Amino acid sequence: MFAILKRELSAYFGSPVGYIVTAAFMCFSGFFFYIQCLATGTSNMYSVFQSMFFIVLFVIPLITMKLFSEDRKYKTDQALLTSPISIPSIVAAKFLAALAMLLICLSSYIIEGIALSFIASPDWSVIFGNILSMILMGSAFISIGLFVSSMTENIIIAAISSFAVNVIISITDSISSAVTVPFFKSILESLSFQSKYSNFAIGIVSFSDVVFFISITVLFLFFTDRVIEKRRWD
Amino acid sequence: MIEVENITKHYGKHPALENISFKLNEGDILGFLGPNGAGKSTTMNIITGYISSDSGTVRINGHDILEEPSEAKKNIGYLPEIPPLYNDMTVEKYLEFMFKLKKVKKPMKEHIKEICEMVKIDDVSQRIIKHLSKGYRQRVGIAQALLGYPPVLILDEPTVGLDPAQIIEIRKLIRELGKKHSVILSSHVLSEVQAVCDRIVVINDGKIVADGKTDSLTLSGSETRKIRLVAEGREQNLYSVLKSIDRVTDVKKFGEAEKGCYEFTVESTADVRRAVSKAVSRADGIILSMQPEGRSLEETFLNIISGKDE
Repeated sequence: MFAILKRELSAYFGSPVGYIVTAAFMCFSGFFFYIQCLATGTSNMYSVFQSMFFIVLFVIPLITMKLFSEDRKYKTDQALLTSPISIPSIVAAKFLAALAMLLICLSSYIIEGIALSFIASPDWSVIFGNILSMILMGSAFISIGLFVSSMTENIIIAAISSFAVNVIISITDSISSAVTVPFFKSILESLSFQSKYSNFAIGIVSFSDVVFFISITVLFLFFTDRVIEKRRWD
Repeated sequence: MIEVENITKHYGKHPALENISFKLNEGDILGFLGPNGAGKSTTMNIITGYISSDSGTVRINGHDILEEPSEAKKNIGYLPEIPPLYNDMTVEKYLEFMFKLKKVKKPMKEHIKEICEMVKIDDVSQRIIKHLSKGYRQRVGIAQALLGYPPVLILDEPTVGLDPAQIIEIRKLIRELGKKHSVILSSHVLSEVQAVCDRIVVINDGKIVADGKTDSLTLSGSETRKIRLVAEGREQNLYSVLKSIDRVTDVKKFGEAEKGCYEFTVESTADVRRAVSKAVSRADGIILSMQPEGRSLEETFLNIISGKDE
């Protein structure tokens, strides 16, 4: 499992993808940090985290797009699936590789926190709380991205589809406000990623929100495992 | 080593394999022969656990591929039709990755170095796989199959797309490997299987149509023996004495081969070489060459596939 994790990580940085993703994330995070903290003279990074929600929607499909689709395209899945390693371990390794990429991106928050500490006293609990919430939400997006990637051999289709899924998830709030049937409205509201993430961003950590993101993650990792397993039987 | 029992596989409604059964014994080099689309790769993918069969069992060294996949897979080195190479890695890094993936318990660096020397890729070990030629890629594919020296090697069309010199080299390597490993090798090239394998399983339309030793398959069906003969003398005389030999069923004339020498084929139901020799000298002829004709594998193969031998 660690062999796959290590390979995927080195593949990110053996191609431009890893650098572009990290650079894009850090640029946006730095940009928001500048206009929302430095330029306005506030030490509260809350609005930076709020803005980064939409950047994550774009970035995660780029991280997950090739994880399974490329293996299928170049038939390297034959090496993985005929090795003495189980499908859940393969899925877990790829998930952890993507999560590690996200962590590298998130390190920009710490750099910003340190930068802030020279001129003001940042609230580190908010920063780490946000990193944690980003990890939780990111995990959910990554597992959805993995699931999409496992269904196609085309990385462009994988990226665009998971991006579309992420956008739909992120606009459930707007959709739910337009829905009048209370039953569907409450379902859509309970599926909203953004409202839960906003809670984290302002420092409200609710147990049910944590469980929600972990459940979504586990559910889609399970689906990914099923997709790969099912292909063996087709 | 490998027991395949009654495996059946459908792709949608199309039957890809129907009731395939065969065994691979220790030390065998088994040739899996069939035209394109006969089901060779499907069978190999099922044996190695890449895809599952609809029914039937595959056991590798006693481990069922579905029930104990990890144990079973540890016993196999597999080179699929398209070598599963990560183009962005160097040969060495790739082999290290596969080494760990296969959970080989040997000193890694030495083991990889040994295999690289064996398949002659040590000179490209630092190159990125993307930049390698087809022959080298194929050899890297064989190298990854060899990692950990698994008792069974499964090679799917290992010489496809190689130039003649490379083909000879790979065949030599496979024969060499056959001394220590049991090998299954698929091919649609008859001469290759004939050159490398000591046992052949012929598959067509998802069914096994022949299974036997290479020699016996080559000769099988030749209840009628055939001799090709070139003799000096008078054609008509030679023809009539040959015709009169006991148990000879047919003699065909092929005309003048060289000046004063004529070519015949003699078909018989027994070994008539001595009788032929005597008969020719009785007719004042001299035998210049006499050659028993076994049926070529190609002929056997085509006959089997077209159903003549069934």
